[in-house]
Amino acid sequence: MIALGLFNYWAVIVLMMVGFYTLIARGNLVKKLIGLNIFQTSVILMYVSFAKVSGGTAPILMDAGDHAGDAAGQVLYSNPLPHVLMLTAIVVGVATLSLGLSLVVRIKEAFGTIEEDEIESPSL
Amino acid sequence: MSEHLPALLVVVPLILAPVAALSNRPRAAFAAAFAGCWWALYASLALLTRVRSEGVISYALGGWAPPYGIELRLDLVNAFVAVTVATIGAVVIPYAWTSVKKEITEDRIPLFYTAFLLMLSGLLGITVTGDVFNVFVFLEISSLSAYSMIALGQDRRALTATFQYLIMGSVGATFIVIGIGFMYVMTGTLNMADLAERLPAVMDNRTIPVAFTFLTVGITLKLALFPLHLWLPNAYTYAPSAVTAFMASTATKVSVYLLLRFFFTIFGFAFAFGQMRLNMVLMPLSLVAILAMSLVAIYEINVKRLLAFSSVAQIGYMVLGISFGSVLGVTAGLLHIFNHALMKGALFMAMGCVMYRVGSVQLSKMAGLGKKMPWTMAAFVGGGLSLIGVPLTVGFISKWYLVQAALEQGNWLVAGLVMIGSLMALVYIWKVVEVAYFQEADSDVEIREAPLSLLIPTWVLVIASFWFGIDASTTAQVATDAAELLLRGGS
Repeated sequence: MIALGLFNYWAVIVLMMVGFYTLIARGNLVKKLIGLNIFQTSVILMYVSFAKVSGGTAPILMDAGDHAGDAAGQVLYSNPLPHVLMLTAIVVGVATLSLGLSLVVRIKEAFGTIEEDEIESPSL
Repeated sequence: MSEHLPALLVVVPLILAPVAALSNRPRAAFAAAFAGCWWALYASLALLTRVRSEGVISYALGGWAPPYGIELRLDLVNAFVAVTVATIGAVVIPYAWTSVKKEITEDRIPLFYTAFLLMLSGLLGITVTGDVFNVFVFLEISSLSAYSMIALGQDRRALTATFQYLIMGSVGATFIVIGIGFMYVMTGTLNMADLAERLPAVMDNRTIPVAFTFLTVGITLKLALFPLHLWLPNAYTYAPSAVTAFMASTATKVSVYLLLRFFFTIFGFAFAFGQMRLNMVLMPLSLVAILAMSLVAIYEINVKRLLAFSSVAQIGYMVLGISFGSVLGVTAGLLHIFNHALMKGALFMAMGCVMYRVGSVQLSKMAGLGKKMPWTMAAFVGGGLSLIGVPLTVGFISKWYLVQAALEQGNWLVAGLVMIGSLMALVYIWKVVEVAYFQEADSDVEIREAPLSLLIPTWVLVIASFWFGIDASTTAQVATDAAELLLRGGS
């Protein structure tokens, strides 16, 4: 049951590995970017998971009468900071993805293919 | 105004970037970029002076007191790195005007300056911030603008190089976020000084070594330590000349600074070097970087690529210095950040001059250039001497400290290998010198000396690399103080 209790983190690990594997193993540049994006998204899930407080509500002002708050107006709420951090990370992820995809478009125009092994690779 | 200087250092280039993009005229965009770079130089020098006289500057962004708000925190270490970055930016930007007009189509020039300003503010942001998540954000700002600038290169292989860099760079940055996340889970804080206070209490938990590992891999990927350097040679080779000169002298240096900041200030010397035995990893890798990459450089026939591999080797010297974990070693690493920025900037700018006149940096095309472009090649030789580590150049100063640090620990083997690395630098610099000075040129091709607008910035860096080699007292003093500060574990 302990393992199930950490379900979110298992999901994070699986997603992370799926993304990372796709990133490394696939030769198609768009698939690589998809892998990168899954990899980055798994981190978002990780942050959001550890910010969650069981039974906690959204961190907003509440009246004492609301059922989530007790008489003193004290409310159990989830940690908002990691959520905010992940908003930034989402923006970064979108920027990276769009830049990557626009690069793929230009690679397609210049080389006529987006398969890695068909692009005459500059030797290392 | 002066109390807001730490924020303005980053914010002014950041605001000028959209100005440059919206103006949409090359001249106006250049003016914005020029103003941003020189502002950054002024601000960083003023900050370094203030840090030297008054000590650490802490600036609460938006008036939210640390550790809750984002803190900008300047001590000797990052003020020194900020000056390095800003100096290179201020020297490269006048150079870029002529170089970029030749290498980039006119409609993209305003966007180039926008990306340049964004990259500058990103790098300065990483340097001055005292908040670990802020580091990630600025890291991505500088990386994304760097990708777009590399993709402006003329050769179509610039595109594939950029793509490779984008993938590897994003993976590195994501590793850093994962590491930061683990640290946040254990401590509940993102402020560097606060983290340094709270981490020792939870050091026994396995999460912290895992966070440490993720951060190490992420940062070494960003600073291109062997064997995670694969993105670097292609990116440097195919990027426009001005971009290569700027990136080679700043981007990896800032990552070296991050390495220092995370290992010494946040995790602390005892954890990083005692418990995690970081030096057991960094020292062999940096030695392999020095020797293997110098060897690759010897056989390389594209000179920009040769210098790129040499850059990986030089990063090896910096990390080697750090891996000693002693004041002398860290001093050597810090000094080499500044010194290598000067000499590699000069060398890549000289190659930009060759690119401007010859249109290629293949070794075979450079025959006889010593006579046709005497000033350019003289600048190359000047930078090359520094790379080898000849006395009276900055390269000598770094190597002097590095060898001293090795001997201090009785490590004759490492000291010997550093010497061998210098000799290998001699071989690959000589290879270029031989072709340029001792081979006959094709007489039917008319090549003139590069224009003054390219030569003057190049020579500024060459002269600086001799100046700070002859009188190293200021830089060495700042670097030593900074190293002592780091090893004491913070501020």
